[in-house]
Amino acid sequence: MLRAWQAMARGVRRLSRAAGRGGGTTLPGRMLLRAQPRALERMARELDRGSVLISATNGKTTMAAMVAAVLREAGQPVVHNRAGSNMAWGVATALLDAKRGSDQLGLFEVDEAWLPAVARAVRPRTYLLANLFRDQLDRYGELELIADRWAELVAEDAGRARFVLNADDPLVADLGRGQDGVVYFGIDDDSQALAELGHAADSKRCRNCGTPYVYRTILLGHMGHYRCPGCGRERPPPEVAARAVELKGMSGARFTICTPQGELEAELPVPGLYNVYNAVAATALALELGVSLEDVRAGLSGFGGAFGRVETIEVGSRPVSILLVKNPAGANEVLRTLTLEDGQLDLWIALNDGIADGRDVSWIWDVDFEVLAGHVRRVSCSGTRAEEMALRLKYAGIEAQPQVDRDLARSLDAAVAAGADGAGTLYALPTYTALIELRELLARRGLAGRWAD
Amino acid sequence: MSATLRVCALYPELMNIYADRGNIAVLRARCEWRGLGFELGASSLGEALDSCAHDLFYMGGGQDRDQAAVAKDMVATKRDALHRANERGAVVLGVCGGYQLLGHNYRAGDDEIPGVGLVDLHTVRGEGERLIGNCAIETDLGTGPRVIAGFENHGGRTYLGAGERPLGRVLSGHGNNGDDGFEGVLRGNVIGTYLHGPLLPKNVWLADRLIELALEVELRPLDDRMEEAAHASARRAAGV
Repeated sequence: MLRAWQAMARGVRRLSRAAGRGGGTTLPGRMLLRAQPRALERMARELDRGSVLISATNGKTTMAAMVAAVLREAGQPVVHNRAGSNMAWGVATALLDAKRGSDQLGLFEVDEAWLPAVARAVRPRTYLLANLFRDQLDRYGELELIADRWAELVAEDAGRARFVLNADDPLVADLGRGQDGVVYFGIDDDSQALAELGHAADSKRCRNCGTPYVYRTILLGHMGHYRCPGCGRERPPPEVAARAVELKGMSGARFTICTPQGELEAELPVPGLYNVYNAVAATALALELGVSLEDVRAGLSGFGGAFGRVETIEVGSRPVSILLVKNPAGANEVLRTLTLEDGQLDLWIALNDGIADGRDVSWIWDVDFEVLAGHVRRVSCSGTRAEEMALRLKYAGIEAQPQVDRDLARSLDAAVAAGADGAGTLYALPTYTALIELRELLARRGLAGRWAD
Repeated sequence: MSATLRVCALYPELMNIYADRGNIAVLRARCEWRGLGFELGASSLGEALDSCAHDLFYMGGGQDRDQAAVAKDMVATKRDALHRANERGAVVLGVCGGYQLLGHNYRAGDDEIPGVGLVDLHTVRGEGERLIGNCAIETDLGTGPRVIAGFENHGGRTYLGAGERPLGRVLSGHGNNGDDGFEGVLRGNVIGTYLHGPLLPKNVWLADRLIELALEVELRPLDDRMEEAAHASARRAAGV
């Protein structure tokens, strides 16, 4: 029966792609799982090399894309949910391509709330768990709840699977304490330190004893080099670490990755410290999978960005750089990177409140839009909650008067046209469903493919 | 004579889960744009509270574990000062978890978290789903009926004592407990509500009213076209 349903789901995917109804990344898997609830488990067994699961609040799609690029260099065939459809049905849709005897490895990014359910079906050989930040409280609930569920999962899979964990995120690092089969990664570079913990930092207290952590270095949100003065728990030393990080604005970053296999000079064509974290995480996972340092270097240096994460598309005669924003920690890093650019910025921000965005738009008040004050020439606000986004900018002290239009296409065209006199790049910051809409719009105009593949 | 609004944020590093600093940012800007002074203080775990040093006390929501620690500390170190501040007319605004802690207690199964008892209400962790969604209520803070729009996300169900007045009537959403059609609490200058979003950016009229109540002044209007558009957007999301 499973085979018949798989064939039908593949048919639905083909039709859905041909009709231009999204990328057909969820519906086929949804149908399949409804008819065959154990399909995930059975299809995952078709993968000769087993599976790896990647989860985090921020960077899932990018880390998975980086690992895919590295594995491509290494000649390793993968089954990968590359368009970021990361709930059970997204993984199921990707698994339609699993075929025994073809030496495939499953490479799946998984939504942090879905991780336990997907993991219990797929039974991965390796996990990459990278960070936990405040995100969509209406959907996920509190951060601590997710951390508790992850901890149960890690305890359950200890001894059976390997874990690649972020040493710099206290909540994630705690998962590996006292466990075998753990590899830590992190950033060892004090020159990238922030002056203080962001006001939206989430994990300021030790989960073991409740004492506030003391930070020697704060790198991103609550990630950094910390120690609990209460019980002495501290950042575990990372086996795979980035050093000598040089951020080059929007054009990328250069850094050294130190690993047990040796050092690697990385040239990353995507920007920001958050992408350095993604690259170190991807490196740690790739090495864990037996890939050579040289293949890692080649994969990272040719990395072109993932779906909607730092893509540049020509609209009219103007380059539009698309940077997904979806929660305070991620958005803050995008803004921090934008302020490294010379000159005044033209911005287009689209705030939607769809289910996949979080219906609650509170989070924009946790984003430090204040850092943009003095850097903005023009700004447009669009999306279902455009007016509230515009108000946020007013209270952040952004001098430019926002152009507000809820209609995405009209708003984008006006923003592009307003700077057509050689103003350079327009930076587009959409939330998740606004990104999907934007991609559809650009695809209809023949300016971009609908999906990453 | 120009007055100064002295705000005290209670446990700001713990009770800030719904971008509560947005509320503070709005109070600050709207004072400064009118030439009023603005001072922000804070009082956290183990710190005493000076009841006379502030005109407005603000507390937001937190994660369950943090909220339990805050509750015990607040009863031990701040309850009496909050009562004294309230008696001399200071404004106390509690949002979400901060609202729950204004009452007698919060019960979840066998656990009971104490409140400071500024208002006669109690909260119980409901059996059912969390009450989540856009919400709008109609209230009257002495200037005629007005709408407050926001977002609610709470597992607790709050029940007011017989003599206690809700902040408003639910126009759309769940409110205090999903049953009685009311939201929040209003007694004198004590206001509790589940609506965040944050609350004040979506409802600047309420921010201004709080400043007026805290300082006993009348405020001059500002150019609020963007604020009114944002308020309309939040109402539209709630279907009101």
